[in-house]
Amino acid sequence: MGSYIPETHEGRADMLTAIGLESAEELYSVVPEEVRSGELNLPEGLSELEVVSHMEALANENVRFGTVLRGAGAYRHHIPAIVKTVTSKEEFVTAYTPYQAEISQGVLQSIFEYQTQICELTGMDVSNASVYDGATAAAEAVLMCLDRKRGEVVVAESVNPDVITVIKTYCASRNVPVVTVGMKDDLTLDLEALQAAIGPKTAAVYVQSPNYLGVIEDMDAIVAATHGAGAKLVMGFNPISLGILRTPGEYGADVAVAEGQPLGLPLGFGGPYLGIMAATKAMMRKLPGRIVGQTTDADGRRAFVLTLQAREQHIRREKASSNICSNEALCAMTASVYLATVGPDGLAQAARLSAGHAHYLADKLAELGFAVVSDRPFFNEFLTTCPIDADQLVDALEARGILAGLPTHGGILWCATELNTRSDIDRAVQAIKEVCDR
Amino acid sequence: MKLLFERSVPGRKQTIFPDLDVPEVSFDQTLLRDKAPRLPQMAEVDLGRHYTELAKQTHGVNDGFYPLGSCTMKYNPRVNEQVSALSGFTDIHPLQPAETAQGCLRAMYELEGMLAEICGMDAMTLQPAAGAHGEYTGLLLIRAHHLAKGDTARTKIIVPDSAHGTNPASAVMAGFTVVSVPSNEAGGVDLDALRAAVGEDTAGLMLTNPNTLGLFDPNILEICRIVHEAGGLCYYDGANLNAVMGHARPGDMGFDCVHVNLHKTFSTPHGGGGPGSGPVGCKAFLAPYLPGPQVTKSADGSFSFVQPEQSVGKVRSFYGNFLVTVRALAYILTLGKEGIPEASEAAVLNANYLAHLLSKAGYTLPYGERCMHEFVIDVGPLKAETGASAMDVAKRLLDFDVHPPTMYFPLIVHEALMVEPTETESRETLDEFVSLMTNILAEAREDGERLHGAPFTRPIGRPDEVTAARKPCLHYVFDEEA
Repeated sequence: MGSYIPETHEGRADMLTAIGLESAEELYSVVPEEVRSGELNLPEGLSELEVVSHMEALANENVRFGTVLRGAGAYRHHIPAIVKTVTSKEEFVTAYTPYQAEISQGVLQSIFEYQTQICELTGMDVSNASVYDGATAAAEAVLMCLDRKRGEVVVAESVNPDVITVIKTYCASRNVPVVTVGMKDDLTLDLEALQAAIGPKTAAVYVQSPNYLGVIEDMDAIVAATHGAGAKLVMGFNPISLGILRTPGEYGADVAVAEGQPLGLPLGFGGPYLGIMAATKAMMRKLPGRIVGQTTDADGRRAFVLTLQAREQHIRREKASSNICSNEALCAMTASVYLATVGPDGLAQAARLSAGHAHYLADKLAELGFAVVSDRPFFNEFLTTCPIDADQLVDALEARGILAGLPTHGGILWCATELNTRSDIDRAVQAIKEVCDR
Repeated sequence: MKLLFERSVPGRKQTIFPDLDVPEVSFDQTLLRDKAPRLPQMAEVDLGRHYTELAKQTHGVNDGFYPLGSCTMKYNPRVNEQVSALSGFTDIHPLQPAETAQGCLRAMYELEGMLAEICGMDAMTLQPAAGAHGEYTGLLLIRAHHLAKGDTARTKIIVPDSAHGTNPASAVMAGFTVVSVPSNEAGGVDLDALRAAVGEDTAGLMLTNPNTLGLFDPNILEICRIVHEAGGLCYYDGANLNAVMGHARPGDMGFDCVHVNLHKTFSTPHGGGGPGSGPVGCKAFLAPYLPGPQVTKSADGSFSFVQPEQSVGKVRSFYGNFLVTVRALAYILTLGKEGIPEASEAAVLNANYLAHLLSKAGYTLPYGERCMHEFVIDVGPLKAETGASAMDVAKRLLDFDVHPPTMYFPLIVHEALMVEPTETESRETLDEFVSLMTNILAEAREDGERLHGAPFTRPIGRPDEVTAARKPCLHYVFDEEA
C-alpha cells in the first residue's frame, strides 16, 4: 500500500513513548467504543505504478472527440502552452487562501491582477476573486440584489437551463420567488412578457447574452425595462465574446457574471470551472467571496491584502453576504494568465475566429437542410432544425469521431470555436451529409 | 513587484491564434464594444518571469511547514496531479453522451462508494464545489426532509459557538435561523444548553467532531440522541475528518449527513483558495433529495445519470469539480483500507507530539495536551506577561519560512493559535518547529514590544488593512485615469 507519512513505524513508536503513551490505540481512548470503526470496506492500497494504471484505464474508457461541435455551457478552446506551465507552479497549486499577506504577496497580486482584467473585460467597476462556476455566480448575483422591499427574481428562459435550476435552488431555500419569462420564435427574450413580469417587488432580472441558444439579446431594451421598473439587471456573458462584443458595463448592467471556463480551463467533464462576478461600485459591499485590495505597509511599500472582510462568513457568521470560503483561485489565475497571454488583440482574434467558424458552419449546415431557427445575430452558437432523427445523427457522427451539437429545443444547438478550422468543419459537414443521405 | 499592467508595452504580443480562414462576421456597430480591454501586452518570456517572481512570493506546502489549523495542509501527491491531467479526463465534454464518458462516470461512482464507506453514509453527491457549498447542500437535504413530512415549523439550526463561520452562514443561505449553543468547560457541547435549545422548531444540529479545539466530543452519541429525539437531524461538518478516518465514522456517531473536504482530508491541493471539492454524503432516507444528476450502475455494468425523485435541484452546473475528485480517487486508491486509518492515526500522533512539546516549552494549552489532529494554544498568558500577542507570534514565524497556525480561531479562545501539523510531516520538522517556537517565546520575554514589528525579513511588513477596507482600491488604476 502507498503512504505519504514520512515517519517510520519505529519513529512513530518513539514519538508515542516521548509523550508517555504505550500504543497508538491510546490516541483514540476518548472515542466511545460504540462508535469505533471496524475494518473499512475499501480495496487494498496500491503502489504509484498501479494507481497510474488504474487511472489511465479509466481515462481510456472515455471517448475523446477529435472534433467538438458542442458547447451549451462548456467550450473547447485552445489553451496556450504557458498557461498550464504557470498554473502548475507548486507554490500556486499548494498554497492555501492568502490569510498571511506577508508571505502571500504573489498569490494576492495575481488575484488583484485578475480583478483588474475582469473589470477591463466587462466594463464593470469591481470584481471579486471568483466563485465556484457560472451558475453559482448567477445565483449569488441575483441574491445580492435582494433588499427589504424587493424580494423576487425574474429569469429569462433563454438562459442556460442548468443556470436556471441553480438559481431556483438557491432562491427556493431563501423563499425567494422566481418568475421565468419565455422567448419569442426568434429565440430572444419576450420583451413584453418581461415588462409584464417585472413588478414593484422584483429585485433582479437575470438575462444571458449571447443566450443559451446563441442569440444576442436586445440588451438595451432589456436594461431599460429593468431599470425603468426599479430592478437590478444581472447579465450573463461569454468571456471570449467580449473580445469584440459590447460589454455588460456599456449596457448598464448592475452585476455581470460568466462561466470563465473558456479562458484557459479544459472541459474536464464539467469542472473545476470559474465563476466570474463583477459589479458596479454601488454594489461593491454586497459582493460575496474574497476580494483583494491594494494598501501599503508601515514603510509605505505597496502591499495587497484580502479586504472588505466585514462581508464574509468568518467575521460576520450568520450575517455574512454569502457562506463562500474556498473559491476557484487557481482557476482565476488560469484565466488571468490566459488573458495576459492572448492580450487584447488575441482575445479579439479568438472571438472573430469563433464567430467566423460558427457562421461558416451555419451556412454549410443550411445547405444540408439544417435551417438556422433565429434570424437574429448570434456569436458562436446557434440552433438549427434537424432534418433527420437527432439521436441518429449524434450516434452516426460519434462513430466518425465528431461530437455533434446538442439536441435541444426541438433542434440541434451547434457551437464552433477557433479550434474548429475551416477544413475541420468541411470534413464534419461532409460526414453529416453522408449521414443524411443514408 | 511590478504589476502585469506596469510591464505591458503597446505592440508586444504572442502569436497564439492564426489568421481567419473563413469570412469575418460583420456585427452591427451597436453590438460591438467601444474600446479594447486594457489587457497586458507582453512577450512570453516577460510573462513567464512575472509569474516566476510571483511564485517566489507565495508560500506553498512545498515551501515549508504549514500547520494552519482546520485547513489540513497535508502534502499534495504529485501522482494525483499527473492522473488528473490525463487528456482522457481533461478533454471530456460534460454533455457528451454518457456511453462515451464511462470512465468519468466510473471514477465518480468508485469515489462516491469509497467516501460513503469512510463516512458511514449510504449515498454521496460530488456536486458541491467546496466545504461551505457542501454544508449548504446538506442543509438543503435536511430542509427537504422536514418539508416532505409537512413539518414547516422546523426553522432553526443549532450551531456550537466553536463552529466554523461557514456553518451559521450556510444555515442562513439554506433558509434557517441560527441558534448558538455554548461549549462546556471541557470544550465540548454543553448538554444542558443543547437540551434547552432543541424543540419543535429544531431542524438540525451542525457539528464538527473533533471540534475546532481539536477535541473529540465523548458525548457524541448523547448529543445526536438529544437532537433526534427532538425531531431534528444531525449534520457533520467534515472539516476535521482527517482525525478519525477508519477510527470513527460520522454515520456511526449518529449523523444523518456529512460533507467532506477533498482539499483537506483527501490531499487535493488548495490552489491559493480553490478549487476545492465538498462532496456530501447522507443516510438512505435523505438520498431521494440529493442534487441531480446522480451516477448509477446498471445490471450490465454500465454507468448512467439519473435524477433523484425528490431532488432539491442543483447547486452547481454539471457534476462538480470533477478533476479534483479524480485526484481524491487516486489518493484513496493509494492508501487503501489500511492506509486511510493509518493517515489519521499519524495525524493525531503528530498533533499530540507537538502539543506535548509546546506545552513543555512553556506555551499554554487551555484544554490540555491530549488532542486529536489539531490543538489550540492560548497566547493570552504570554500576552499578559510580555505584551506579545497571538498575531505577534504568528508574524514572527513568517521570518523562518513557516506558515503560522490559524490565528484568533476558534473565537472562544481569545488569543488562539490553532495548530494542525497533519500526518505528512516528519519528527524533525515538528522538532524544528518546537525549537522555533521556543526561541520566539524567549524573544517575547526579552522584548515583547519588538515582536509587534514582525516579520522583519519579508518583502513587506504588516499591511495596513484598515485603510484597505476604508478606501478600497480593488483594481489597478491606469495612467490615463490617475
